[in-house]
Formats: sequence, C-alpha cells, structure tokens
Amino acid sequence: MNLTRRDALALGLGATAASLLPMRATAAADDAIAAFTVGAELGSSGVTLTAPEIAENGNTVPVSVDAPGATAIMILAMGNPTPGVATFNFGALAGSQSASTRMRLAGTQDVVAIAKLADGSFAKASSTVKVTIGGCGG
Amino acid sequence: MASGVKPRVKVPKSAAAGETITIKTLISHKMESGQRKDNDGNVIPRSIINRFTCDFNDQSVIDVKMEAAISTNPYFEFDAMVPEAGEFKFTWYDDDGDVYETTKAIAIA
Amino acid sequence: MKMNLLSTVFGTAAVSALLVTAPAFADEEAELVVNDEINMVTKTAAPAHMADSLDEILSGWRFRSDETQAMQLDDFDNPGMLGAEEGLAQFETVMGTQEKSCADCHDGPESLSTVRATYPKWNEGAGEVRTMQMQINDCLTNQMGAEAEKYDSTKMINFEAMLAMVARGTPVNVAIDGPAQSTWEQGKEMYYARTGQLELSCANCHEDNYGNMIRADHLSQGQINGFPTYRLKNAKLNGTHSRFKGCVRDTRAETYSPGSPEFVALELYVASRGNGLSVEGPSVRN
Repeated sequence: MNLTRRDALALGLGATAASLLPMRATAAADDAIAAFTVGAELGSSGVTLTAPEIAENGNTVPVSVDAPGATAIMILAMGNPTPGVATFNFGALAGSQSASTRMRLAGTQDVVAIAKLADGSFAKASSTVKVTIGGCGG
Repeated sequence: MASGVKPRVKVPKSAAAGETITIKTLISHKMESGQRKDNDGNVIPRSIINRFTCDFNDQSVIDVKMEAAISTNPYFEFDAMVPEAGEFKFTWYDDDGDVYETTKAIAIA
Repeated sequence: MKMNLLSTVFGTAAVSALLVTAPAFADEEAELVVNDEINMVTKTAAPAHMADSLDEILSGWRFRSDETQAMQLDDFDNPGMLGAEEGLAQFETVMGTQEKSCADCHDGPESLSTVRATYPKWNEGAGEVRTMQMQINDCLTNQMGAEAEKYDSTKMINFEAMLAMVARGTPVNVAIDGPAQSTWEQGKEMYYARTGQLELSCANCHEDNYGNMIRADHLSQGQINGFPTYRLKNAKLNGTHSRFKGCVRDTRAETYSPGSPEFVALELYVASRGNGLSVEGPSVRN
C-alpha cells in the first residue's frame, strides 16, 4: 500500500475529528464509573437492565434495573452529552433492589447499568437502544 | 420552578406486616437539561430535580441521585418492605433549593 | 398454485390484510383496558359515511410501540393525567368578574361526561359549529366575565383533558347531518384536498398509507379520539388544532391557525371519521 504523506495526514485528521466528540463523552462516563466503582473490576452477572430495543422517541424512554442484594445501581447513557442518568441507592426497607424510570437519549446508543452487589463487587449490564427519527416534525 | 410542581404518589392503603409493595411516583417538573437553546441561541440554564428520597418511619427505602437525562415529569417505580403501620415520606430536591414533600400512611391489614 | 392454496386456507381478504399490515403493528391483538376497568374500543367498523374509503377504523394507540401503549394502561403511568387533574382544579377555581367557578353552574365534571364524544357540535343560538374550546370560551366570557383563553393554551388543554377524562370509554358520536352538514362537507373537502409543496392531502397519509412507515415511524389513521394527547416528543399535552397545524406545515403549506373556521370544520370531519371509537383522552403518543 502506497500512502503519500498527504494521504496519511488526511486520514489522521479524519480519524481525530471522528473520534473527538465520542471520546469526550466516553471520558466523562469512564470518570463516573471510576467514581462509583473506585476502579474495581466489573463482573457480568448480577444485574439486569431492561430498555426497549427501539424507542419511539428519545425524549421519554422507559428503563428498569434489577440487581438482587445490591446496595446501589447506576445508569449511564453512554452517548448523551452528559452520560449520567440516575443512581439508585437502596435503603434498609427496599422491598427489592430494582427500580424503573424514564430517561432521555440523545440518539441511538448503549445504556449501561452498574450495580454494587451485596459482597462489595461490581457488575455491569449493557443494552443498545435504537432511537428512531419521527415520521413528521409536527 | 417553584410554581406548578405537584407530586403524585401511588401507595396501597394497607399491606400485611412484612409484605413487599410497589410504589409509583410522578412529579410535574420540566427537568430543563441545560443542553437546550432558546430562540436567540442562548443556552437555557439547567434546572432539574437532582435527588429523590423515599423513607418509611424514618428508615430509607430508596435514595436516588437524578441527572439531566431524567425525562420531564420524573417517574419512579420501586418496591418497599412494610414492617409495620406507618407513614411513607417522599421528598424531591430541586436545583433551585426548593424541596417538595408528600406523605402517605399505610395500615397493616 | 401457491396463491390459490393460501386463499383456500385463509380466504383472500385475510391474506391481503396480512400482506398490507404485517410489518406495521407492534402487537395487533393488544387491547386497551385502562386501570383494569375502562374497556376502550380501539378498532371497529368504519361509520357509514366512510363506506367508500375504509372498512375499519383504528385508534392511534394501535400504531404505537409496546412501551408507549403501556403508558396509557394506568392513569398513574400516564403523564397526560397531570393536565386533567389541573383541569379539575381549574373547574373549581373562581375566575372573572362574576366571581363564579365552573362548579357553580355545572354539577361536577361528571355532569359533563357526554360533552367530549359529541363535539364539535352545532350551536343553535350562535348559528355555528362549535368545538369544545369555543364553548368553554363562551362560558368564560359570557357566564363568568373572565378573559377568553387563547386557542390550545395550556389552560384550555387542561380543561379539555378533564372533559375527555370524564368521558373516557364512551363512543365518539358527532353529528354530521342537519345544520352541521355544510361545515362537515367543508372539512371533508379539506381532508381530501392536496396542499403544500409536497401536494399531500390528509388522506394520502392517513387513509392510503396508514400502517406503513414514514421514515422510522408508523403512520396512523390520524384519528383524534385520543386528544388531547401527551406526546413523548414534547412531553406535554397537545391539542387537535395544533396537531393539524403540524401536519399541514409538513406538507410545506401555509397553515391555518388553531381556532380558525377551517380547522373547526376539519376537526368536525376528522372527529366523524372516529365515530364508534372510544374517547381516550388524555392519551399517550410518541
């Protein structure tokens, strides 16, 4: 493959431009996760995240989380300008470690739930939600 | 946002001692995200409810940190364990310092 | 032949119905029962005046995703009820120079439970077809000495939501004959007239193509039995005329104003296309 210097430069610039915005949001999400888990490893079982595969409107998307025995569950919308959605802290009288709410998604993206489990370990679940573009502006 | 904010909660009137019940809450609030611009192109400042708590007889059921991605008219559904007769207290904390509260009593059947 | 075999099994009509509607609906058999007690008719035979166009009329609820449908099953999950409750409070609020509230004349909102299903309606004294909002403004200004409300204002929509709430489950039944007929004819003409740079009539989308996709969305029949409607899009209750305005604008035409005689006529005609469906407002749509 024969790349000229100009080609390589153009490629590099393109790649930088393409990754700039997502990187900013990802960094914020990473920070939020690090603050929540204090850098602990994330397991893959113990938390369930329920969100629609396709949302009719990104303004009001139902989401549920469930992590039996957990003390807290954080929800992040990885593609939003600010990724935080909510953190549920379960008290002594929680009847289950589950909760539902409605959230805003800026577009098609991954939604992530991270639970702090009873033994102090952390678990992560992720789900892609496609946000459709409405048919009519009206 | 102090005007027109009205909390609604749905709690069964009675439960068996030790029973787990489902609670729903809804509060009318714009939840201005801080991401929108007005017609002149100026960013509309963030104005949201940032925390919601539910306690029963002064013990915590749930304590939620809310961010700007929570939809207009915030809605929550969660479960509570009812050890005895008493009162649920629901509290929403607004960015502007306002606090909205409501309570619901529950009897043991 | 394959087609003949299919026809033998299912009947030709059933097959063509399948072919047309198969990709469109989330769950075609879902039924709308609100609060486990109000059985809503969301699909029924089209009224006689539509004999030439449609066999069956469908509420917009049937075109929505499972999640959006679910928000209308329980009043607590339906944010549109916030407006209806606000409407109830307004009903009992004293306003205007006569220092009266709605409740001073009307024996509770339930006494008005037949209103939603029959409006727009001919008003003999005024000699015109009136929408509910026109009638409410008549009460506000002539009975109560209050300021008229702007068409589709939040306060007006709250009144409408309350009047829809107390009428939920009753079949839409607007009169299209007698003195209302000429207004109805005007509305019908508008419904079938192509407008705007896109040269689209209401019928092009909502009669010829309901159930099909428009970009990433399902076109409904454009029924208005669920108004006012809480839209997820703008997270508030929306009025019929404002929705009409959005539709007309999308054809890239100059639109009429909410409350204009044109939209009153269109509302009467479109309402009549839903005669037989349940009053569903305040409903939830995307």
